[in-house]
Amino acid sequence: MSVSTTTAPTAPPSPRGRRGGRAPAAPSGGRRRRPPLLLLLPAAVILIPLVAYPIYQLGLLSVLDFGQAQASGGAPTSFVGFGNYAKILNDGQFWSVLLQTVGFAAFCVLATLAVGATLAVLLTKVGRWPRLVLTTAAMAAWAAPAMTGSTVWSFLFDTNLGLVNHTLVKLGLTGFHEFNWFYDKWTAFLIVGAVVVWHSFPFVMVTLYAGIRAIPEEIMEAAALDGANTWTTFRRITAPMLRPILTIVVIQSVIWDFKVFTQIYVMTEGGGIAGQNLVLNVYAYQKAFASSQYGLGAAIGVIMLLILVVPTVLYIRTLRRTGNEL
Amino acid sequence: MRLNRRAAAAAVLAAGCLAATACAPGTAAPAGDKAADDRTGTLQVWLYNEAGNAAKEAVIGKAVSEFQASHQGVTVKVSYIDTDASARAAKMKGAFNDPNSAPDLVEFGNTDLPGYVAAGGLAEIGADLDTWQDKGDLDPAIARTAVVDGKTYGLPWWVGVRALFYRTDLFTEAGLTPPTSYAELVTANRKIHAAHPDTFGIAIGGKYTFGALPFVWDAGGDIATKDGSAYKAAINSPASQAGIKRYTDLFGDDGCPAQQCADLTGGKTVDLFAAGKSAMAILPNSSRSKVDAGAVKGTYGVVPLPGEKPGSVAPAFAGGNNLGVMKAAKHRTLAVEFAELLAGPMYQEQMYDAMGNLPTLKSVSGKVAAKDAFLKPFTDTIAAGTRFVPLDQAWAQIDAQAVIPTMLQQVVTGKADVAKASGDAANQITSAFAAH
Repeated sequence: MSVSTTTAPTAPPSPRGRRGGRAPAAPSGGRRRRPPLLLLLPAAVILIPLVAYPIYQLGLLSVLDFGQAQASGGAPTSFVGFGNYAKILNDGQFWSVLLQTVGFAAFCVLATLAVGATLAVLLTKVGRWPRLVLTTAAMAAWAAPAMTGSTVWSFLFDTNLGLVNHTLVKLGLTGFHEFNWFYDKWTAFLIVGAVVVWHSFPFVMVTLYAGIRAIPEEIMEAAALDGANTWTTFRRITAPMLRPILTIVVIQSVIWDFKVFTQIYVMTEGGGIAGQNLVLNVYAYQKAFASSQYGLGAAIGVIMLLILVVPTVLYIRTLRRTGNEL
Repeated sequence: MRLNRRAAAAAVLAAGCLAATACAPGTAAPAGDKAADDRTGTLQVWLYNEAGNAAKEAVIGKAVSEFQASHQGVTVKVSYIDTDASARAAKMKGAFNDPNSAPDLVEFGNTDLPGYVAAGGLAEIGADLDTWQDKGDLDPAIARTAVVDGKTYGLPWWVGVRALFYRTDLFTEAGLTPPTSYAELVTANRKIHAAHPDTFGIAIGGKYTFGALPFVWDAGGDIATKDGSAYKAAINSPASQAGIKRYTDLFGDDGCPAQQCADLTGGKTVDLFAAGKSAMAILPNSSRSKVDAGAVKGTYGVVPLPGEKPGSVAPAFAGGNNLGVMKAAKHRTLAVEFAELLAGPMYQEQMYDAMGNLPTLKSVSGKVAAKDAFLKPFTDTIAAGTRFVPLDQAWAQIDAQAVIPTMLQQVVTGKADVAKASGDAANQITSAFAAH
């Protein structure tokens, strides 16, 4: 306001400002709109070269026949229009892998939420030491690189030398002698899913724990004084107050779990027996990048981008709405 | 005002594009006209950094001293590059994309050749090799692994082939002699696994492409056959299907349980045999040190992998490394001369002594086999005739997309029969050739 009052005397009053009854802030609408654009500039300087330009390149590559020969100048680059897209969309395997990816991501999201939420509630109920131990353990899982975690879990479930099989046999379950967990599609997905959950539940746990902690004591106290029981308190106070956080956590998990690569690639050695454990990201790698078909790979990238735009837009909208509420 | 904002956004976008120099995918200028032929200066050489590389470096060091002594004003600089598949691919792509930082001479795996040729990275050296005194001594089947579309792009430096390793103690116990035909292989597989349920008759894998291909080749089949100038998928031909069936029949309760063998790679079968977990395995000569370091040291023998016909040898895959001159080389003649020195009889023999890699020259091959009885089954296998994958860049795609392992695994796990699985594989092979 101080700015507008100092500029007001020197600037001729704008007809619009007078009509709208607002403070005569700027000589024209254009000047008044400029500051937000300037404020966006720092973000644009970072985002355009780091995000927009690569996406542009991805889109461009996806309509070209571009392999290693083209990259190193051994063959001319040619425009193939939507040829790469047609190739993928006509590939029966793409659709089955897409379906599998959606199913696997859904399983991972639900399991991550269940584990994360349960442990978050548990954290609020236990004493200081158990809480410290649990938090430290979760942080360690969170901090473990996906590559390391996957490798260690592969060792645990190794057919011949794994601790899991060894223990199960020791417990009398002789059927697990040299049992190959990755032979069957579903047990393989189960193990990999467990590792994905192990890697991602700490985020959910910590976020929800913080959310529960942020609920003011007074409200809980007031509810107690009004005679609300535990269930009512949860239903009428905790759940509604956590909903924005829950939404963000769900959407973020959807994005993460849809993009799973490392765990599948490492644990099932590139997609499992006869490709039974492929997910979209690994499929893109096998189909295109491993054999330097960059154009085809870019087209798969664009398709994944379009699919992920939906939850991302939802995420951003939720975030903004949460911002308004707080 | 709206226009202003849009113009500003466009300007920012354009500035971003300019900052990143170009708005199109990067393409290197063709290296063709940049090649030079300086006779002095530094010759840049890239060789593979292998297990036990110190021994290799010692031999190469001697060759470098000899070369520098006979070439005034020439320095040879050898760099050892990471042999890991993706690391070396990235390194070579870098060299192709930026000719200025490319070396003169490179060592490369012979299956990588068609891709490198298609990328325009290697120089044709057929004419240069015509004057090489040892050219006639090269094994012809191995020499062909450096030829794409009738042009020679490399000098075969060493090879590795696979043969059948078997446990002498288990064979004696079962009253068996080493198999000389496929039928005997099947009998041994079944008999030993039945007597020792925890031991595989033969350790093979669903991901072991080069363990399976000898069976396909022996049956008269192939991955693809050259029809005029174009390759045509042949993996689903009746002969190929018979070979696939012979390989996949070795899995299951008869010898290599599907549960445990379906996802094995060739490398894992080395570990299993070395640990005493299997009575037989199809292993390359280079796995000798690993096997000797395991539990079966001193209780195993090696014979050529038998074919269907009694006494025949199933054709082995001629894996190995070539030396090639880069198209962007600045010292073309020197590069060829240094390659000829390294691949000459003296250094091939020294390289065998240092690394255990098989020579590509017939005379040296005979010499080392006479020196070391262990090598005889391998040199016999080479002499019986080796085979190779299609020399086309489509092979890189077929390999990367795991077409052959997927086919084998479908059969081994019972997800598809041989006809269906090989038909699917043929479709993928056909589309890979169509894409290049």
